[in-house]
Amino acid sequence: MDFEDTPREAEFRAGVRAFLGKAAKPRAPGTGMVYRAGNEDPAFRAQAKAWQASKAEAGYAGITWPTHWGGRGGTPIQQVIYDQEEANYAVPRGLFDIGLGMCIPTLCTWGTQEHRDRFAGRALRGEEIWCQLFSEPAAGSDLAGLRTRAEADGSDWVINGEKIWTSGAHYCDYGVLLTRSDFSAKKHDGLTYFFLDMKSPGIEIRPIKQMSGASHFNQVFFKDVRVPDSQRLGAVGQGWKVALTTLMNERYTIGGRMGAGVEDVFELARRLEIGDGPALKNGAVRDKLADWYVASQGLKYANFRTMTALSRGETPGPEASLGKLVNASMLQTIAAFAMDLMDEGGVLCDPELAPLAAAFQQTLLTSPASRIAGGSDEIMRNIIAERVLGLPAEVRLDKTLPFNQLPTGKR
Amino acid sequence: MNFDFSDDLKALRDEARRFLRERCPMTAVRRILEGPAPYDLGLWKEIAALGWTGAAIPEAFGGAGLGHLGLCVLAEELGSALAPTPFSSSIYLAAEAIMLAGSPAQKQTWLPKLASGEVIGTLAGAEGPAKVDPRKLRTSFRGGTLTGEKLPVPDGDVADLAVVAAQAERGPTLALVDLKGRGVVRQPLETIDPTRSHARIVFDGAAAEALGEAGTGEALLRRVEERAAVLFAFEQVGGAQRSLEMARDYALQRYAFARPIGSFQAIKHKLADVYVATELARANAYYGAWALSSNAAELPVAAAAARISANEAYFLAAKENIQVHGGMGFTWEFDCHLHYRRAKLLALALGSTRRWKERLILELEAANAPL
Repeated sequence: MDFEDTPREAEFRAGVRAFLGKAAKPRAPGTGMVYRAGNEDPAFRAQAKAWQASKAEAGYAGITWPTHWGGRGGTPIQQVIYDQEEANYAVPRGLFDIGLGMCIPTLCTWGTQEHRDRFAGRALRGEEIWCQLFSEPAAGSDLAGLRTRAEADGSDWVINGEKIWTSGAHYCDYGVLLTRSDFSAKKHDGLTYFFLDMKSPGIEIRPIKQMSGASHFNQVFFKDVRVPDSQRLGAVGQGWKVALTTLMNERYTIGGRMGAGVEDVFELARRLEIGDGPALKNGAVRDKLADWYVASQGLKYANFRTMTALSRGETPGPEASLGKLVNASMLQTIAAFAMDLMDEGGVLCDPELAPLAAAFQQTLLTSPASRIAGGSDEIMRNIIAERVLGLPAEVRLDKTLPFNQLPTGKR
Repeated sequence: MNFDFSDDLKALRDEARRFLRERCPMTAVRRILEGPAPYDLGLWKEIAALGWTGAAIPEAFGGAGLGHLGLCVLAEELGSALAPTPFSSSIYLAAEAIMLAGSPAQKQTWLPKLASGEVIGTLAGAEGPAKVDPRKLRTSFRGGTLTGEKLPVPDGDVADLAVVAAQAERGPTLALVDLKGRGVVRQPLETIDPTRSHARIVFDGAAAEALGEAGTGEALLRRVEERAAVLFAFEQVGGAQRSLEMARDYALQRYAFARPIGSFQAIKHKLADVYVATELARANAYYGAWALSSNAAELPVAAAAARISANEAYFLAAKENIQVHGGMGFTWEFDCHLHYRRAKLLALALGSTRRWKERLILELEAANAPL
């Protein structure tokens, strides 16, 4: 039992360090990574594209991709090592996660060599950004309930409907799109998967303003949008199977630092006076800090166990869902508690006035999204219960009837 | 990154699991719960013969020299099986204390006998229902004799040897006492978990010798507790995992409203939460195992985190196991209460969660570093 790299891992790490040392600036201590910050800002996107290009040039973009996709043909543990090292540097992150993590792997798996040649390299070098058009107002956790319609018309398909929660739709070049091509088939049998140019006529994009005030997501409306049949991935009616390729990759792309955490609340408790002294001297505060410290250490070492599996070339199981489930709720609780420590002043969210540049106030407003995006807490618990513990799925009413005979609600 | 036990130790774990499934089924645990015997003597002799008692004791002192990682994998299985033996008292507490602080003569005298299981040891700290404060111990150790009352002492009724925390002229001191000698009176006590016996021990001028230097008892006791905390944590993780499996199995078999109750999200989500707590506890225990086996400076923090996490996970798993079993869960006949009892017993055995949280924060404050 040790935490050391194997000789090959050490060699890879040394290469990564050499690259980062030359190409990037170290991150100042205490400057965390904010949840998907900056993607809305064109200047940030330009920086992110430039950084992605230099990563690709050095062979650190697409580390785990096979070489015939234009990747490095490396291992998941190499990706982990790269991410660990890159976390020490101030580089723009997050803009390409969905495209490179979910969309392009699906395209490469289900598309032609022509598709791979045309799109994979450009995405890898940050020249084109991709988004994912899956969720709908009436199809969130129950994704297969989607109703965006695809109708064949000559060698094209005509798309009508509405997608939601699409990150970056307004600045993305391409998107992957899951539609319903047959409303009289059973729910999972009537879906067809495409990719399309986001500048196609008939697409309208409206940003969604979140409770935090930020707008990371969009609603995307399709009015008679034409997509050539050559941009279909998988057979007609097989879209669910293709979508599973995309979704399997999701848990690897969502995550990272989601807000102010145990480290920050410990720091706050050291600095902030409550009653007779620093909050850190208060028994109730110490009790909570211990809980959060233990949980976050548990996550850290559970992650080490996952990395050990990766290092041995094993595939980690759905137990990897544990991190987001624990973390998102914990950050919400920490934020609320930290603001309690500030008493009346806890309401302030001016970074000049609120401790730690209002990180807790910000997390209070972003953590609800963390508990829902990328699989809600409830879906994560279902995944653990079903795939880890082997408990049966809920009894379902939607498996046998044709889709157009299923009951629907008003929301 | 190799944050896992070696293949050899995993093989040892599988072997231990097979042996305990065969030799220590719930019926064996129940014989101790319901019968007059304080522990399963036959099982104790067998695990001693298998070398488990000597797993972490060096070969020079009659042990197997497997190191503490070996002891950790065995602890997990013993906890899972609820093995009714004095293993934890004798090995995690007494043998650890002697390995840590014993003189060459003390080690030579006691470790081979502890390793072979011929002698059962324990540690006597508590003096009634309150926190053990080494600076306010009422038991005194003066002129080579012990006077005072200790309770509850785990396995105090059956142990041959005790490490006793006592007040000496130079401050808190650990004393080693032969419980078969004169001036020792013991009386079994009723506890929440009759599968693990406890006693009151009254010392009235019992002959004892210092273990470690006089006046170092507070620090020594803390170090022994840290080492034991990791080993207890593995027992607790084993128990939590077993409780989770019992609940899962029952939820698959029990039907209500014409479906397995395990298909209801109320049950699935409950068990998912138990799984999460158990995995966090396991991860913290693994880190504790690393720190213990490598004598790392991180041991105080790692042990506290392992302890807190394990206390919470096992109790959660045990209580939700009863809940999933519904009405049958709180009957004497079903085995759920055996884990419930053991979970609470182990969560108090080395001091409460509250005490360990305080220790953890003190350590983190002292480190005064970013986490």
